[in-house]
Amino acid sequence: MAPCLLETKNIAKVFPGGVRALDGVNIRVEEKSIHALCGENGAGKSTLMNILSGVYPYGTYEGKIMYKGKECRFSDIRDSEKEGIVIIHQELALIPCLSVMENIFLGNERQTNGIMDWERTRMEAVQIMERVGLHEDPDVPVNKLGMGKQQLIEIAKALSKDAKLLILDEPTASLNDEDSEKLLDLLLDLREKSGMTAIIISHKLNEITRIADKLTVIRDGKSIASWAKGKDDFAEDRIIKSMVGREITDRYPPRPNRPIGDICLEVKDWCVGSPDIPDRLVVDHVSFHVRRGEVVGFAGLMGAGRTALAMSIFGKSCGRGISGTIRKDGKEIKIESVADAIENGIAYVTEDRKGKGLILMENIRENITLPTLKKFSSPGGLINEEAEANAAEEYMQKLHIKAPGIFQKTRNLSGGNQQKVMLARWICANPDVLILDEPTRGIDAGAKYEIYCIINELAKQGKSIIVISSEMPEILGLSDRIYVMHEGRFAGELPVDEASQEGIMRCIMQANSAKPS
Amino acid sequence: MKSSTAIGKTKGSVLAFVRNYAMFIALILIAILFEILTDGVLLAPMNISKLVMQNSYILILAIGMLPCILTGDIDLSVGSVVAVIGAIAGTMMVSMNMSVPVTVAACLAAGLMAGAWQGFWIAFVHVPSFIVTLGGMLIFRGMTMVILNGNTLAPFPESYQFIAQRFLQDIPGLGGIPGIDMIAGGLVAALCVYMQANSYRKRMKYNLPAGSKRMLAAKCAAIAAICLFTAFWLDQFKGIPITLILLGALIAIYSFLCNKTVIGRHIYALGGNERAAQLSGVKTQWVRFLVFVNMGLLSAIAGLVFSARLNCAAPTAGMMFELDAIAACYIGGASASGGVGTIVGAIVGGLVMGVLNNGMSILGIGIDWQQWIKGLVLLLAVAFDIHYQSQR
Repeated sequence: MAPCLLETKNIAKVFPGGVRALDGVNIRVEEKSIHALCGENGAGKSTLMNILSGVYPYGTYEGKIMYKGKECRFSDIRDSEKEGIVIIHQELALIPCLSVMENIFLGNERQTNGIMDWERTRMEAVQIMERVGLHEDPDVPVNKLGMGKQQLIEIAKALSKDAKLLILDEPTASLNDEDSEKLLDLLLDLREKSGMTAIIISHKLNEITRIADKLTVIRDGKSIASWAKGKDDFAEDRIIKSMVGREITDRYPPRPNRPIGDICLEVKDWCVGSPDIPDRLVVDHVSFHVRRGEVVGFAGLMGAGRTALAMSIFGKSCGRGISGTIRKDGKEIKIESVADAIENGIAYVTEDRKGKGLILMENIRENITLPTLKKFSSPGGLINEEAEANAAEEYMQKLHIKAPGIFQKTRNLSGGNQQKVMLARWICANPDVLILDEPTRGIDAGAKYEIYCIINELAKQGKSIIVISSEMPEILGLSDRIYVMHEGRFAGELPVDEASQEGIMRCIMQANSAKPS
Repeated sequence: MKSSTAIGKTKGSVLAFVRNYAMFIALILIAILFEILTDGVLLAPMNISKLVMQNSYILILAIGMLPCILTGDIDLSVGSVVAVIGAIAGTMMVSMNMSVPVTVAACLAAGLMAGAWQGFWIAFVHVPSFIVTLGGMLIFRGMTMVILNGNTLAPFPESYQFIAQRFLQDIPGLGGIPGIDMIAGGLVAALCVYMQANSYRKRMKYNLPAGSKRMLAAKCAAIAAICLFTAFWLDQFKGIPITLILLGALIAIYSFLCNKTVIGRHIYALGGNERAAQLSGVKTQWVRFLVFVNMGLLSAIAGLVFSARLNCAAPTAGMMFELDAIAACYIGGASASGGVGTIVGAIVGGLVMGVLNNGMSILGIGIDWQQWIKGLVLLLAVAFDIHYQSQR
């Protein structure tokens, strides 16, 4: 057995607010090997990476990190880089307008007494670029290069820091197949020639089975299984089962047998261009429908395009060059703005309640009535404060928002109550179609259950509900029908009694391997 | 045990009171300080009258500036707009002999247009307000110089000066009524007391901390006393200045707009979280546009008052007014990142600057030291505010 480079012993991490992200992770990474980490969204992979690279410093977690046989106590990311542990995040950390060589040596400049040594910078940049197989002018700004080459620059940057252990968080998520292949070959090459060790997080199981020497599955903050190539079977089915093998218990209220009515909202051939990258579709010819009284789940991995789909329907609030048709109750409607969407009875509860949802410095009443102020005011725009307060009071009681009163500032509420204020806001608007984007993200189990009950109650009243969630048990526990979305397209549609976590995962994985290059 | 918690509670509520009314308390302390230093000149009836008239245009600008700051923007051009309005008024009345009502109407329209021009670039083209209004500052100053051709135009007709230089007693018809100032003071006092009682009633209804009935009575009595005493005190000189009435009306109207109307709520929502406001169907572009149109209107009113008070239109009029108006808002508790601030706060902030200016001038402190002190006050006031915000 090869000597061990890095080993974690019972790593646990609790976030303020009591969310336990990691709960006993043990991994053992051997020298000159490629170690893959697999797990669902929220399994704790990113938290683990952040602990290994010192983003969460020593003392904020429990357990031990052993590196080269010694215990490590990193206080920040510089400490870990000094030891040769370099992390490459999913979102690239390049400065778009700076040149390739400036980016490679960013924060690690070739300099004497604070004065740049441009000759050395250029010379060493060319050497390092050679190692990663990048043949470009070191003076070219990185935003002139494609995603694949930018990813190579990230690796070059890591090499310039004398990396011994490279941690890559979904390195191929934004690459096409050809660039992905190149990147994986480069990793294998670096392992052979330079003895580089790498930890790679990926959802693409075909890539993992191709390059990984060892594989660890993380589920619910625990390391579940660890397999080595040659000794164990890397079959995709086995990995999937291990990733999702959680039982659905009665964390979901029973779904009452309710009549499902006619089609309320129907979307056809919906396309949304990426707001950042020209000529890329984040939603690619998607068609779906929701019936009255039906709860439809949108499953998929993060970044599958579900939020872009929802927000683009909700008054073109996301993306560019949106096309496609929307029919409501059989009639085609045009939605150009959020106001149009509200007018047509469509509401969207955002996943980002602090960034895009609540106005934290304002109180519960003001937050609930913001989209519906017209209902509580005279034609001249004078607010009837009494009617407004009564409505806020009513929804606060209906949704069991726990606060001293409607004049409590929303910043002082817990996550669960904040989420309920957002729900109250949109239920107050009395929509026919309610789109809930990650409605239970970051809130405790009790509040989750209450929100599930509210969703069921709304469906019973005949509302059409779309739930976007990255938690598969939640989708399975709530929905009548499930669409699986992957990389901007629908990879499958499953009635709930035929759906399972494995089934959804398989849909995603099949879409992965069937992806045309 | 019981008594110690009671003491803790009163201590806490005193602290909260000090925090909530910090600038108001500071204003009173500064006034008392200068009252002593100037041997009673500061609060003499004549000086109070002067203080109001001298600061009215800055306060009017602050009323318009506050919504801009609430949306997270800023307007650097107001001083230049004040100058251009004076220039237009001067040209129309002095050079072209046009009537006062036509001139006033034209000036207000010009202000609205200036605001719409800047609002267009800020709201619809998304040029940062700092840049648009920095440009506006130069454009409107240049326009003033072109219109005036470098000259100063004077004098204005008597009726034009009326608003800035006259008093309630001078209004024909009203002037004859004995004790008109006291009647006006009494009316304002009654209105304020009614509003206090009304808000108390509402707070009680929604189980909010409203304080005791005794507190309410004390508050009402204090407000009534201040209103009546101010009226009485001003009556000792020439009476209530018409500018004060205008200012009072503007404060009342804009406080109402900010607190009780849909557009007011939208302004605060936009400043608090623009994306959230958008996703709630607030037409953020139009809100921002209207805020700047309104700033143009109030700049025009300030320009009229200022030129009427100086009785001339000069190319350099209104220099640095924008900075005083912005400082008034920040000293009065507005947040530089938007979403927080009140009209009354901005007025108190403006008065703090005004009393400092006036007090130091009476003491014969040079303009150089005045700048020093005003700069420090601005810095400390905002630092205090940030410290207090981060503690919450």
